[in-house]
Amino acid sequence: ISFRCMGCSTEEMGLFLDFNPFDNLLCILLGISFTVWFTLLLVFIIVPAIFGVSFGIRQLYMKTLLKIFEWATHRIERGEPTSLEEEIKEIRRSGSNRDLDHASEFEMSDIFYFCRQGVESIMDDEVTKRFSAEELESWNLLTRSNYNFQHISLRLTVLWGLGVVIRYGFLLPLRVTLAFTGVGLLVVLTSIIGFLPNGRMKNFLSEQVHLMCYRICVRALTAIITYHDSENKPKNGGICVANHTSPIDVIILASDGCYAMVGQIHGGLMGVIQKSMVKACPHIWFERSEVKDRHLVAKRLSDHVEDKTKLPILIFPEGTCINNTSVMMFKKGSFEIGSTVYPVAIKYDPRFGDAFWNSSQFGMVNYLLRMMSSWAIVCSVWYLPPMTREEGEDAVQFANRVKAAIARQGGLVDLLWDGGLKRGKVKDTFKEEQQKLYSKMLVGTQEDRSRS
Amino acid sequence: MPWLNGTRSQQSLSLNTVCFFAVSHSQITRLYSRFTSLDKGENGTLSREDFQRIPELAINPLGDRIINAFFPEGEDQVNFRGFMRTLAHFRPIEDNEKNKDPTASEPLNSRTNKLLFAFQLYDLDRDDKISRDELLQVLRMMVGVNISDEQLGSIADRTIQEADQNGDNSISFNEFIKVGNLQHIYVWAGDHYLILT
Repeated sequence: ISFRCMGCSTEEMGLFLDFNPFDNLLCILLGISFTVWFTLLLVFIIVPAIFGVSFGIRQLYMKTLLKIFEWATHRIERGEPTSLEEEIKEIRRSGSNRDLDHASEFEMSDIFYFCRQGVESIMDDEVTKRFSAEELESWNLLTRSNYNFQHISLRLTVLWGLGVVIRYGFLLPLRVTLAFTGVGLLVVLTSIIGFLPNGRMKNFLSEQVHLMCYRICVRALTAIITYHDSENKPKNGGICVANHTSPIDVIILASDGCYAMVGQIHGGLMGVIQKSMVKACPHIWFERSEVKDRHLVAKRLSDHVEDKTKLPILIFPEGTCINNTSVMMFKKGSFEIGSTVYPVAIKYDPRFGDAFWNSSQFGMVNYLLRMMSSWAIVCSVWYLPPMTREEGEDAVQFANRVKAAIARQGGLVDLLWDGGLKRGKVKDTFKEEQQKLYSKMLVGTQEDRSRS
Repeated sequence: MPWLNGTRSQQSLSLNTVCFFAVSHSQITRLYSRFTSLDKGENGTLSREDFQRIPELAINPLGDRIINAFFPEGEDQVNFRGFMRTLAHFRPIEDNEKNKDPTASEPLNSRTNKLLFAFQLYDLDRDDKISRDELLQVLRMMVGVNISDEQLGSIADRTIQEADQNGDNSISFNEFIKVGNLQHIYVWAGDHYLILT
């Protein structure tokens, strides 16, 4: 290759000849990338800036970053799930300098694992705090939700006093009147409808009556409810499951749709209401003795869902009231029936009045009075898309799947613990599981030893 | 009623406890609210049943031993001071504490005191030594019914053999702290509360 360079001296030509062809390529590449870079800059950033148009690139960037941050926080909070064996090995490893290629037998330091688990659970555990009302960050002028209240200033006390006057003097009588009206109308009208012959007219009227009375009751509590995704509302022949915080859940759901209730027949006023309701449309009430018979319960439920003219069943699988910060274990009974499940998530806003019913602290009447003397009951209801049991999934797995969906939607913590722990002791099988795991760790190494 | 609700004892406790346990005020408040939430009988003390009500503690194989550590000899109730005293063992060891006055008594959360806590979990009759029987009993608690008596016995024998130095077939506290890896052990425990040794 020879270069003819006009006006170049031989030295420069010589220098030129010393240039690597690769360097030449490098220059071309640099030139191209610079051009491309500047073009992109011009087209996507400078020109839109001139005309005030936006492609939304920065918004997209921000959204992606947020998603990444959320994921990272979630991983940090959840921690890496470790097993008993891994954690004990970790403890042993931290103390010894030698590299353990096989787990030794029992070490005295193993006790630290159990010790740590135990003391951690004494300082804070996931379960006991679900059975008492949630603590609020800001005070909502109700002494019942303030745990450390001290007399701070006159103005605050006056404000509180004013609140008391409004709530007990004005709101409470109003609400009590409404409640009596609602319940009274329900009993009277459903009894009247009971005399009609079965048919479409009866069903229609019964639905209207139920809806009307529940709506009056909703106003009796000043419940401000936001329903989301109403296209997923439960249909006939399905089962509606929801997380349980208080008996008011029933009123909240039933004022937006018609359900067949399930429950035990009570005595007194409750019994009267139940008996008259069942005259108008088929609810499922059990005698106290029948409740223990699981087969009977399952049979009646499946008979009901097979009849497509009957309303969807409303069930609360937790079996007890939880304080709306978490969802506890779902009892598998309703998930064994094999019909479509319509999950519903209910989340209360505790700032206006905590709806949680702590049945060991208050009776029903006391609870209703507290509800009616709060500011309001504010909640959100999400209707989740229907779910069915998949192939190879048993009732427990299905229940857990539904529970996870509800917890995710409502922003609640998904727990595996049984809500029955509110009153009962935890089963010994859990302790035995831990013992078994630890024994496997000790004995398993013995087997290795005898083999080697 | 918007008045003080039983915080007088809390206030008088705070000053003393801050000085004695070297715990911050917010930690005390948090522990106190935990104490009151566990105290179902609302009489200012916790009994063993109150601890047993914590499910995660009830399923811990050594749950009973840990609960026992809160109750002094022969007593069935623990007040807030005792509750804090036991938990103060688990505060992390802070660097600035190492430069403290050497004549002052050792803080509760020193390495030695933490190891003493673990020692006392093994020492069932509080006679300052771990006998073979006691070790067997604690091992039995940890493994349940899954290991035979002979195997467990041989594990216990081996452990005592390795640790025992003065030939009395039991482990004293001095022998305990010299056992293999306990010297340098480091146990992480979540971000909120404890770091053992």
